Amino acid sequence: MARVALRVWVALIVLFLLFPILLIALYAFNESNVQSWPLPGLSTKWFASTFHNEAMRQALWLSVRAALIATTIAIVLGSMAAFAVHRFRFFGRETVSFLLVLPLALPGIITGMALNSFFAWGTVDFSLTTIVIGHATFCIVTVYNNALARLRRTQTSLVEASMDLGADGWQTFRHVTLPMVATALVAGGLLAFALSFDEVIVTTFTAGAQNTLPLWIFGNIRLGQQLPQVNVVVLMVIVVTIVPVTLAQRLTRDTGVLRTGTGRGRADASTHAAVAAEPAP
Amino acid sequence: MSEVQPDPRGAPAPAVSARGLRKVYGDVVALARLELDVWPGEFFTLLGPSGSGKTTTLRLIAGFERPDAGGVALDGVDVTSRPPYQRDVNTVFQDYALFPHMTIAENVAYGLMVNGVGRRARAARAAEALRLVQLAELGARKPIQLSGGQRQRVALARALVNRPRVLLLDEPLGALDLKLRQDMQLELKRIQRELSEDVTFVYVTHDQDEALTMSDRIAVFSTGRIEQVGTPREIYERPANEFVAGFVGTSNVVARDGRRCTVRPEKIRLLPPDAAAPDGELSELGVVREVVYLGATTRYVVALDNGETLVAMRQNDESEDGAASEERGRRVRLAWRAQHMTAVDGFAAADAQREHEEVPQ
Repeated sequence: MARVALRVWVALIVLFLLFPILLIALYAFNESNVQSWPLPGLSTKWFASTFHNEAMRQALWLSVRAALIATTIAIVLGSMAAFAVHRFRFFGRETVSFLLVLPLALPGIITGMALNSFFAWGTVDFSLTTIVIGHATFCIVTVYNNALARLRRTQTSLVEASMDLGADGWQTFRHVTLPMVATALVAGGLLAFALSFDEVIVTTFTAGAQNTLPLWIFGNIRLGQQLPQVNVVVLMVIVVTIVPVTLAQRLTRDTGVLRTGTGRGRADASTHAAVAAEPAP
Repeated sequence: MSEVQPDPRGAPAPAVSARGLRKVYGDVVALARLELDVWPGEFFTLLGPSGSGKTTTLRLIAGFERPDAGGVALDGVDVTSRPPYQRDVNTVFQDYALFPHMTIAENVAYGLMVNGVGRRARAARAAEALRLVQLAELGARKPIQLSGGQRQRVALARALVNRPRVLLLDEPLGALDLKLRQDMQLELKRIQRELSEDVTFVYVTHDQDEALTMSDRIAVFSTGRIEQVGTPREIYERPANEFVAGFVGTSNVVARDGRRCTVRPEKIRLLPPDAAAPDGELSELGVVREVVYLGATTRYVVALDNGETLVAMRQNDESEDGAASEERGRRVRLAWRAQHMTAVDGFAAADAQREHEEVPQ
């Protein structure tokens, strides 16, 4: 009895979470341009018209470029920061760690306003660069957290074993450390891409007159324009974000991290958090 | 504590030598001025309780740690400031430290790869090393697919593939169950014999049976210093002090003529209380407090009339011989030969050691 009740409850929660998304997906195939119920008929005509929408295409292209560049920066800087914090004991190490993770906890509106004031103060024109800088602030964290979590649950003796067998620092990094964290870096990068691709708040303050895809959606919904096309785009964004997030979860689940009987290098297996795919440090 | 001992085989320099080695972590002295010489081809064991400095010594020899004072020399060459990858030693780690993303063959060939050995030679030597540890057919597997005992062998093969002058083993059998551990002890001895005289084994363990089973010589560690260095027989029969007597075997300490002395349980015979003490033997009267049946042997804890306690051990090979007289609460006479008694007070320790070294083996 309790089991049945529990299942019904879970089903209700899942429905509550997914119903609005299903509704949008359905509206994307709506024949009419008026969102009324029941749907007068089904059609794929909005897909064609959406793809011919020049403003939408420009927004999409801007979003893709911003996400790719921000992700690249995040992978490079995030992994370097993780290696440094993990490997060395230096003055201000805890502070660096805290400052890196801060943008995740900080409301986006504060990050956005701060960057906006900074760019204005430095008379920096809004461009792709300013968007990328804004996105990189929180993208770095996802890569950093993933890489650091992986490093922390990797046996320290692996690095020692490599050096012991004759590998210098660079060889050890190339053949042991990097392969051990590679999947964590890819997972962090995929999450960073997904975060960047649908970011609205920080982008609002750093994009100026440009439109990223989420800003285009936001603007059209606010003005009540081109709603059928918005539905199509939203459906597309959902698909584009679900794929990397799912991949990221896959990658962090089977890490092949060895657990020996001595109890070292044991890690908790909670790799299901949506934002930080590996247990946060 | 230990003096530099001459090499029995007349090698020009010790395979490993530590001079005044000191290591401090915070305010804990892990090693206090350690002196150590290991001769080429020896199976040398560092034995001691956890925190006694034996693993620190091993890590200093491997180069994972830098000493706060003193130095390490390999074959007479000072390597104190060299990183691990420039020392001709390889290590078998306690947790094996196999690379999880590589196959067994790749793990074993790793040392050859980073040292620039060609692909074909690499494969051949890795296969040879795997044959040595009897895992020739598992090269294509990943470490996670192996049992603990198999991983242990892979770790051994990987450390041996570079043909190091010195092999360091950090409690390599610690994670295995008893039966497997005993098999591997013999296996390690076989492998060492097969590898010719060249490879020196330095082995860390807290298990006294393991140390006695495998070693040519043993260094007994306690709180960052060496209490005694000697063959298993010397360590067991002539412990230098009370710590060694207690850590290797049962501490059976009694006072005699104002000195603290120890006698091993199996040297003590149990006699009826009215029996006369045999000529040239020491004897004491007492009451059996505890009888512990151990299968092959039985342990008797005897409270002596003078207030001291001794443990006696006897083989269970004569079932009819006075079983009744050995039960709890019975009075017994304990007898042992004078030469089986060793003084273990600090002052006498050096004496006993020196005296024994003069006796030819």
